[in-house]
Amino acid sequence: MNIDFSPQELAFQQEVREWFAQNLPADLKRKTELGQMLNRDELVAWQRILNGKGWLVTSWPEEYGGPGWTPTQRYIFDMERARANAPIGLSMGIIMLGPVLMAYGTQEQKDFYLPRIRNCEDWWCQGYSEPGAGSDLASLKTMAVSDGDDYIVNGSKIWTTYAHWANRIFCLVRTSTEGKKQEGISFLLIDMDTPGIEVRPIISIDGEHHLNETFFTDVRVPKKNLVGKEGQGWTVAKYLLTHERTTIAGVADSKVHMTNLKRMARNNGANGAPLMDDPNLRQKLAKAEINLLALEYTNLRTLAATAAGKAPGPESSLLKLDGTAVQQQLSELGVELAGQYAWPWKVEGDVGPEEFSTTMMRYAFTRAATIYGGSDEVQKNVIAKMVLGLNFK
Amino acid sequence: MHFNLSDEQKLIRNAVDKFIRNDYSFDARRKVLALENGFSREHWRQFADMGWLGIPFAEDHGGLGGGIVDITLVMESFGTGMVLEPYLSAVVLAGGLVELGGSQAQKEALLPALIGGEKLLAVAYTERESRFNPADVQTRAEKKGNGYVLNGEKAVVLGAPSADVLIVSARTSGNRLDPQGISLFLVDSTAKGVSIKGMRTMDGGQAGNVTLNNVEVGSDALVGAEGAGFALLDEAVDRATVAACADAVGAMQAAMRKTVEYLKTRKQFGVPIGSFQALQHRAVDLFTAVEACRSMLLMASLKVTDPDPVERNKAVSAAKQFIGEKARLVAQQAVQMHGGIGMTEELDIGHYFRRLTQFCAMFGTTDYHLKRYADLMAAAA
Repeated sequence: MNIDFSPQELAFQQEVREWFAQNLPADLKRKTELGQMLNRDELVAWQRILNGKGWLVTSWPEEYGGPGWTPTQRYIFDMERARANAPIGLSMGIIMLGPVLMAYGTQEQKDFYLPRIRNCEDWWCQGYSEPGAGSDLASLKTMAVSDGDDYIVNGSKIWTTYAHWANRIFCLVRTSTEGKKQEGISFLLIDMDTPGIEVRPIISIDGEHHLNETFFTDVRVPKKNLVGKEGQGWTVAKYLLTHERTTIAGVADSKVHMTNLKRMARNNGANGAPLMDDPNLRQKLAKAEINLLALEYTNLRTLAATAAGKAPGPESSLLKLDGTAVQQQLSELGVELAGQYAWPWKVEGDVGPEEFSTTMMRYAFTRAATIYGGSDEVQKNVIAKMVLGLNFK
Repeated sequence: MHFNLSDEQKLIRNAVDKFIRNDYSFDARRKVLALENGFSREHWRQFADMGWLGIPFAEDHGGLGGGIVDITLVMESFGTGMVLEPYLSAVVLAGGLVELGGSQAQKEALLPALIGGEKLLAVAYTERESRFNPADVQTRAEKKGNGYVLNGEKAVVLGAPSADVLIVSARTSGNRLDPQGISLFLVDSTAKGVSIKGMRTMDGGQAGNVTLNNVEVGSDALVGAEGAGFALLDEAVDRATVAACADAVGAMQAAMRKTVEYLKTRKQFGVPIGSFQALQHRAVDLFTAVEACRSMLLMASLKVTDPDPVERNKAVSAAKQFIGEKARLVAQQAVQMHGGIGMTEELDIGHYFRRLTQFCAMFGTTDYHLKRYADLMAAAA
């Protein structure tokens, strides 16, 4: 039993660290450090830099253009990425859709879509939730009715993150109302420029535009855009949820956040002394760091199991629950440290320490972490039934 | 990086698990509880025969040359069975202190006898007002001839009533809270001037208040250098804390598992109470708590041997704070979800409750360790 990286892994860590130091543009680094939003062009430009090095689709197998890293290398890369204050890659295409296409896509779909994801030619968004189908996702109602070689899609999807920037969307749609509700669902790829699609913004409580509601009115989609078989959509969606686990806890970014919070507590004062000298705040910071340490080791245990070739299990639910709890605890501490500087709302220019300028937005937006991707309550339902066997008919 | 157990470690774990399964059922444990000293000498001999008493000690003295990870394997399994024998106080804490600071002669005199099960040791470092700070020492040791005279009182010393030898912390210089000036002495428990008032602890174990009244010891009784006892004590207590954490993780795992089984079998309103979402989610809270504690235990067992005392202190305090907090949650909710029957002496759940509650305050409460961690964190650049 040991926690040390091998000499090869340490050399890899050094290589990654040096590469970030030389290739991450200073303005992106600064924005990420301050927690500011990047626009579409900035994100695409950065992802192209990563892809130029072959380090964008880090979780993909080599045959699809991935670097062929071990789970430990991917973990090291993610730690160094966060440490360098480099923006996190957008997950919809790389983390979510890519593996689904590899597992369920036709050869034609793989050949067409995977290189486009890798080369940042496509921006994907996710069409799962509906106004009436949140935690009870399987009750979704967006209909895809067969019409020759096409489906005609009608309905609406909500919480479609960055749909206003996307040129494609992967959707769960209903192709049958017979039998169990899970069995009538299909997984469909849709071009956002197809006539009949309308995207309306939803402004979230951080005051920003990440979210949308996307409406489909008689949208014609070719059947060759179906992933998996008709009626297999629920299985495909579940595969997607268990695929990537080593980064679901968000340890890398939370560690950087923790470092930043401690810096804020040293650099800013009250009563003529640094905030760090306040015993109550100091212990709150300590408690957050301790919780993060526990999360880090749960993540390492999962990583070690994955590296040893063990199949994905319910740990992803555990990591999601504990990981998002830590993210929320840290973002809340940011607001506490900022004090009155948490109040100024979207103010340009100098109104206080720059490091506090986004703490309130971050706190507000992080409330979503325990809602999206299966809420805390859904994760607990899953663990109760799948792990503890509290499953009664 | 890997967290796999070695073959030897798997053997140890399987052997201790088997002992708990076969010899330490709840009923068998009750019989041990009823014994005079609250533990079984027969079991202790069995531990010696199995080599468990020698796990952390060098092979030169008859030990197995194992590490803290091996200790945590034993302790975790002991926690599931709520073992009453004084392994933590005698082997891990006292034996560990001798191993860390004892002279060659002291090791030869004490360790083979400890490993063989013939001698029991205990560390008397806590005082009436010291709470959990090993540097808070008012017991005095004054030079007399070639030796020392000890005076003072040690409070709630784990394992004291059955100990043959006590390791006593006493001040040879400095003021009450100074880490410098604390010395450690081997004191025969039957020596003139030593009196021990024995007591049972809430988990059924044993402790004692030790009074030292003009106790004379020779210069060969000094463990480590004069005045330099704090560093040794601090490290030995840190290691024992990790071992106690392992015991707690074992007890939490058992209490959680038994509670989940109860949710499946207990019926009210015509259905198993485990079909209620309120209880399902709480059961998940216990499950996630135990898993997270397992991670913290792993962290602490890997870092407690860090040569930098600050890193060691931080790792141990993080683990004790975190596991202590979750132990309280698991103990309380295991009783709550059992309802009335969880309140009774006749069910094991109440005994896990007491075991875990004692753990919460052992070697420092969650507040003590949060403060220690926070202060070290703030002091770091």
